Amino acid sequence: MPCKPLYIMEVCGTHTMAIARSGIKRLLPKGIELISGPGCPVCVTDQGDIDRAVKIASMKDVIMTTFGDMMRVPGTKSSFMDAKTNGSDIRVVYSCLDALNIAKENPKKKIVFMGVGFETTSPTIAVTILQANKDGIKNFFVLSNFKLIPPALIALAGSKEIKINGFMCPGHVSVIIGSDAYKDVSKRFKRPCVITGFDDDDIIGGIKRLIEQIKSNTYKVEIEYKRAVKKSGNAKARRILYSVFQIRDSQWRGLGNIKKSGLKFKKQYKCFDAEEEFKVKIPKTKPPKGCICGKVLQGIKKPSDCRLFKKVCTPRKPIGPCMVSSEGACAAYYRYG
Amino acid sequence: MRRIIDMDKKITLAHGNGGSLMHELIEVLRLSLSNNILNELADAAELHIRKNRIAFSTDSYVIKPLFFPGGDIGKLSVCGTVNDVSMKGAVPLFISLSFIIEEGFEMVNLEKIVQSIKKAANKAKVQVVTGDIKVVEKGAADKIFINTAGIGVIDYPGRVGAKAKPNDVIIINGTIADHGIAILNARENLKFKSSIKSDCCNLNFVIKKCLRASKNIHVMRDPTRGGLATALNEIASASNLGIEIYEKDIPIKPAVRNLCDVLGFDPLYVANEGKFICFVNKKDAKKVKKAIGPSAQIIGKVISAHKKEVYLKTKIASSRILTMLETDQLPRIC
Repeated sequence: MPCKPLYIMEVCGTHTMAIARSGIKRLLPKGIELISGPGCPVCVTDQGDIDRAVKIASMKDVIMTTFGDMMRVPGTKSSFMDAKTNGSDIRVVYSCLDALNIAKENPKKKIVFMGVGFETTSPTIAVTILQANKDGIKNFFVLSNFKLIPPALIALAGSKEIKINGFMCPGHVSVIIGSDAYKDVSKRFKRPCVITGFDDDDIIGGIKRLIEQIKSNTYKVEIEYKRAVKKSGNAKARRILYSVFQIRDSQWRGLGNIKKSGLKFKKQYKCFDAEEEFKVKIPKTKPPKGCICGKVLQGIKKPSDCRLFKKVCTPRKPIGPCMVSSEGACAAYYRYG
Repeated sequence: MRRIIDMDKKITLAHGNGGSLMHELIEVLRLSLSNNILNELADAAELHIRKNRIAFSTDSYVIKPLFFPGGDIGKLSVCGTVNDVSMKGAVPLFISLSFIIEEGFEMVNLEKIVQSIKKAANKAKVQVVTGDIKVVEKGAADKIFINTAGIGVIDYPGRVGAKAKPNDVIIINGTIADHGIAILNARENLKFKSSIKSDCCNLNFVIKKCLRASKNIHVMRDPTRGGLATALNEIASASNLGIEIYEKDIPIKPAVRNLCDVLGFDPLYVANEGKFICFVNKKDAKKVKKAIGPSAQIIGKVISAHKKEVYLKTKIASSRILTMLETDQLPRIC
């Protein structure tokens, strides 16, 4: 074993959860540290974006629709859950198409979908927008808080504060973007990237490949998850995605503003853009006092380093987003120890 | 009365999910109403009336949708109470039946529910012997709520209670999480084409077989709301002992496992309605397993370490702590 500890970042929240659930960390030899990255879409949604959504949800004749795990994420003053208790019409949906159906059933209301997610989710939203456009739906809007994974990895790899020897890259996202999307990270920053599936064997295999690369000083992009991921990804999904959206800078909770890491509506689909429709102004936000989710998302600190962890911040009363999402690093630490 | 309820707070849905918040609420109520029988907090109370040992239990049923793959609210309201009485080692005999019905509820659906109650009661060999109907104005209830209570006699020489003993092994009678996932699929109209059905059924006859097979059964519990993990935590806590379970031995249908994966749910916290866990001294484990039948599986044991905690040995031979359900599981994004 090398003397220096090795730091491997599992980028994806589903990996964080799978690692915690299987107890892989306890089996790893000393000196190999797995750190949880920013790959939980709930956790990296900016506090201001939640404030905006909560405010829109409180407006007259608005039905806000969202994926379930956004419900408890705290904004500055309240979460969707709080807003719902106080009378806002907020509904959990399982896909954006469900939200579109709500729009069709409620022609006198404005239906807003809280758009959160990475490259796995955003193409399905693009499909919904195309469908809404085709059906001539005028009361359906999406808040585009979608984010892109490779720019975040580049930001992390380039940061001086963060020690990461290799990236365990997300399986589902890579189905869409392909392994070629990580070339830049691996080459420019000399970091091995291994795309990994979610079974225990996949994850252990991924760790093994990363260690082999780190030991031999190579920095290739490898696919451990060959049954699902191709080099070129899913070109059709990307074509649909970029027919509706275009790249913009985006604010990540904990990581700050990252260049070219988000998506906004293209001109011809602006009529579905909830930001345009509602034009809500949100004051600058401050993260909750004492919360170190930002540092956790960057892999600089562990959830157990936080003085709020397990004391005042629990899944029942989460302070920071990493405790809210079932896939957040803090929730995984809390639940699985 | 000492004020033990925080009057400023409000009841949330999590107070009824079977998890830790509900347990805190139950504890507050228990302290107010405390007596020796109630304090055991078992699925059913054991009453000693003259020379008879009687098991007594009650439960309310508020499920959405009312009709679901594998059952409906009527079947559930009989089986749930029959099972709770059975978990005390009793033979259930009589049940009561109360309806709270929202104005406007379709008579044809009430008829369907009653027929289902009749069928389930016949199957479990219990009689509905008393009941009540209340109708409330529209919006004051969601379609129909049912409450049943049940009584049964305990002939078992041993005492089936809330406390496990050292040297107990844990046996389950079949696959977990079927009910919760079937309900979710039906309620949320997820459009997953699947054969997943609720496991809702009466357990009194299989329990009777277990009781015949061994005099050393210490706890039986049906892991309903909060799932297997929550039930195990309750037992570990009440027994002041540790529990170790083996992930590889916990039966789960592949379709249920896959749907849990898609939704980001942990099946150990998903509700069951036709499953029970039985804590029996290891010397009788084989006999009890045989009594249950081929679906029975030994999933773990009681340990003296890690008091009041549940440990899961994972498939890759690591371990992790299994806590009680904290908040309702919500479907995730990707």
